[in-house]
Amino acid sequence: MKRIRDFFNQGGLLLFVVGRVLAGIPIVVALSLLVFMATQALPGDAAVAYLANTATPERLALIREQLHLNDPIWLQYIHWASGALRFDFGTTLTGETQVTTILAERIQNTLILMGSSGLVAIPLSIAIGVYSAVRRGKLFDNVSSLITLVLAALPEFVVAIFVVFLLATNVFQIFPAIAFIDPGTLAWSRPDMLVLPTLTLVLAVTPYVSRIMRGSMIEVMESEYIQMARLKGLSERTVILRHALPNAIAPTIQVIALQLAWLAGGVVVVEAVFAYPGIGTVMIDSVKGRDLPIVQAITLMIAALYVVLNILADIGTILSTPRLRTKYARKNVKSDVFAAMGGDE
Amino acid sequence: MSVVRVENVDISITRGGIKIVENISFEIAPGEILGLVGESGSGKTTVSMALLGHTRKGAVIETGSILIDGHQIVGAKEEDLRALRGGIIAYVPQDPGTALNPGLRISKQIVESLEKHHPEQSAEVHMARVREILTEVALPSDKDFLMRYPHQLSGGQQQRVAIAIAFACRPKVIVCDEPTTGLDVTTQSRVLATIRALCREHGVAALYVSHDLAVVSELADNVAVMYAGKIVEIGNRDEIFFHSSHPYTRRLIRALPDIAGRNQILGIAGYAPMPWERPAGCAFAPRCADAQAICSQEAPAHTQITQTHFIDCHRYKDATKIAPTPRVDRDVVSASGDNFLLSISALDGFYGSRQVLFDTNIHIEPGECVALVGESGSGKTTLSRCIGGLHDDYTGEITYFGQVLGKHAMERKKEQRRDIQYIFQSPYASINPRRPIGATIGRQLDLFFGLKGSEAQMRIKELLDLVSLPHSIVTSFPDQLSGGERQRVAIARALAAQPKLIVCDEITSALDVSVQASVIETLNQLRESTQVGLLFVTHNLALTRTIADRVAVMRKGTIVEYGGIDSVFNSPKADYTSRLLEHTPSLK
Repeated sequence: MKRIRDFFNQGGLLLFVVGRVLAGIPIVVALSLLVFMATQALPGDAAVAYLANTATPERLALIREQLHLNDPIWLQYIHWASGALRFDFGTTLTGETQVTTILAERIQNTLILMGSSGLVAIPLSIAIGVYSAVRRGKLFDNVSSLITLVLAALPEFVVAIFVVFLLATNVFQIFPAIAFIDPGTLAWSRPDMLVLPTLTLVLAVTPYVSRIMRGSMIEVMESEYIQMARLKGLSERTVILRHALPNAIAPTIQVIALQLAWLAGGVVVVEAVFAYPGIGTVMIDSVKGRDLPIVQAITLMIAALYVVLNILADIGTILSTPRLRTKYARKNVKSDVFAAMGGDE
Repeated sequence: MSVVRVENVDISITRGGIKIVENISFEIAPGEILGLVGESGSGKTTVSMALLGHTRKGAVIETGSILIDGHQIVGAKEEDLRALRGGIIAYVPQDPGTALNPGLRISKQIVESLEKHHPEQSAEVHMARVREILTEVALPSDKDFLMRYPHQLSGGQQQRVAIAIAFACRPKVIVCDEPTTGLDVTTQSRVLATIRALCREHGVAALYVSHDLAVVSELADNVAVMYAGKIVEIGNRDEIFFHSSHPYTRRLIRALPDIAGRNQILGIAGYAPMPWERPAGCAFAPRCADAQAICSQEAPAHTQITQTHFIDCHRYKDATKIAPTPRVDRDVVSASGDNFLLSISALDGFYGSRQVLFDTNIHIEPGECVALVGESGSGKTTLSRCIGGLHDDYTGEITYFGQVLGKHAMERKKEQRRDIQYIFQSPYASINPRRPIGATIGRQLDLFFGLKGSEAQMRIKELLDLVSLPHSIVTSFPDQLSGGERQRVAIARALAAQPKLIVCDEITSALDVSVQASVIETLNQLRESTQVGLLFVTHNLALTRTIADRVAVMRKGTIVEYGGIDSVFNSPKADYTSRLLEHTPSLK
């Protein structure tokens, strides 16, 4: 194990990424196993759900045969997993449509929602975090601390309802409360429909990231190199933007990635509130209808997204930390070894 | 004409008005170096930062005047201070490892003060200056070097970069805050030479803050001695080091280990008071052998002795001159192998695939102190960790009274674990902060001897007496103690096991010289009374001479010289040993 690790560590960033992706595979396999078992454990019988009122013992037996429900469970898993590898999650129970066909359009809508939320939330929370750290103990810091604490304590569906109350129904009627997006069109053709779901997710994500950013920034601002920068006579603006911010962002990247991954799960609830046509609404409908192939496909995708975002976060951390970046950049290996040996003194 | 003129400066904590430093006055002429010496808590760093108009959070320069090249610092606007900082007055930090920005290339870190203070010059002029100053501090200035980050440099190179940053804008004054503390002796002597040359050549006035009197004696023209927030004596180098009249300065010099091995060192009992616990009258009186009634009632006046020499002491005229106690040469004749307390033979140490120790052989006899000296990265700590059973990645043998020791502490017998005790470098990290001192020491008594209750309490008191700590300390927690007291607790904890061997890993490097001296005295007495053997690991060669019988000099994992302390230091055989000795600063 150690030698394999050494090999990847010496081989630069590309090999590191390959190594991390390879290490991600067993995790995804384990996740798929968990997802499969968990959906199997759901109460109810897919065959009963499928036939609903028309169930007779004969027809039930036939359907069970068609769905391989009589096979041993491990065989069912292998059958399903080998399909999943080819992005073939089978057909839905309620129709003859392919799961992937249904999901393709919905996934795009969800990604649009997640993307717009991330694009607003990340810069916003970094800005809030930095500014509260700089104004530590002052009015802005105290107020933003209070607001972010309240928001962090509220579940996102409460935030969603509050947003609807404020901006769509009772107080102002600016944006639609329900996202009517025609099937076959993508969400960005109706930006007004996107506003409230995005706002809800932004409000859900910003508190965490801004608080971590604030803490990280405060730690950096108290370091000796910041004092040194001030004693060089640099302006406070230069000290904050050039000396503190780049060093404070690296520890925050991991939290941003986790929050983005959380968005993928949080989106389910928010989509349901706004009836937004993404994977979240499909997911909820499918759970209600015991449409296992869809539930499995979506859960597996969200789980895989976690793994991917974590790998991206590691790469981001390396790229934003010179110490790590030079370790993985091949051409500088020599000078690193040099420094480690005590340089040329 | 003085370029630095400090007059009657008081700096206090805004809340509560407690004074951190009081009535500070001194001047520095261009090209001159003023050494500011003092132990921890004396306020020397506070004074040095005040020259740049910087105070710690919650502190403020209350009264007085600080003129830097004619500019008044006290009460100056932040904007005006920024124009001076880095331009007229620059700062060299204590630890460049934490004071250089890890996220910026070194060229950027040097060039940005030029950009700030000389915006009228072009980028080419700035880069030319960066190259010039790097050459002056004896660093390469090629593109590859300029593009490096701080972590790609060695400690000595980092400190040179910090010096280059300070000198980049051709300042009139520089403030150096113990800039060589973390460096090896050879690196230290080169860095000091660089600072000295730059100050002389460019007529820069320097304030050099240090707790290391030997370094200051080699560098400074004038010296100010601080104690408990006041300058108690100030004069030129010779006046302070050879004609001092202040009891504190005299004791401080006597506490300094002497590389030439002429004198024994002498500690100062007690410790310097914190700002909020300073006594009325002279703050040194409680520790002063010459103190009389007046000393604890009235603060002594600032008295002029010569043109340059000033002193704050009631008793300077008739204070006792402490004659140095001559040290007896201590070359031992080796006993036979059967009586060896500990013997290390053909030990090769590794970190994974990297070998860090090569064929090391050492033995220690009962009651003997063997010093292991070397620069950072020489492998001395790894070797002592092997002995302590903390590092088990080695081949070769460590025998204890003829029995081969298990590699890991857990593979050793309980008696062996009891007999070999380890004292760590940092007393701040090695004592459980959540246990009172009594419990920390008592744990050993319970573990090794099954002592509990009043019996244990009795024994704890005996141990505290041995290391000169008051009995009342048993209920204290570590954060209520000073560094020196904590290290004594660590020693008492080791002694509680009644060890035959104590491995001391740089145990005095976090301590003030006066405290270091008394810790060494304590260990020397213990050696005589209990016949405990010591392995004394240190990078401080002068200190070695005050305690060791034999010395092993390590370099890059190999013992390059091994023998009696006086024969090695008087006539070193290895070039490396001579080089270390030559670069070790001393009072001359």
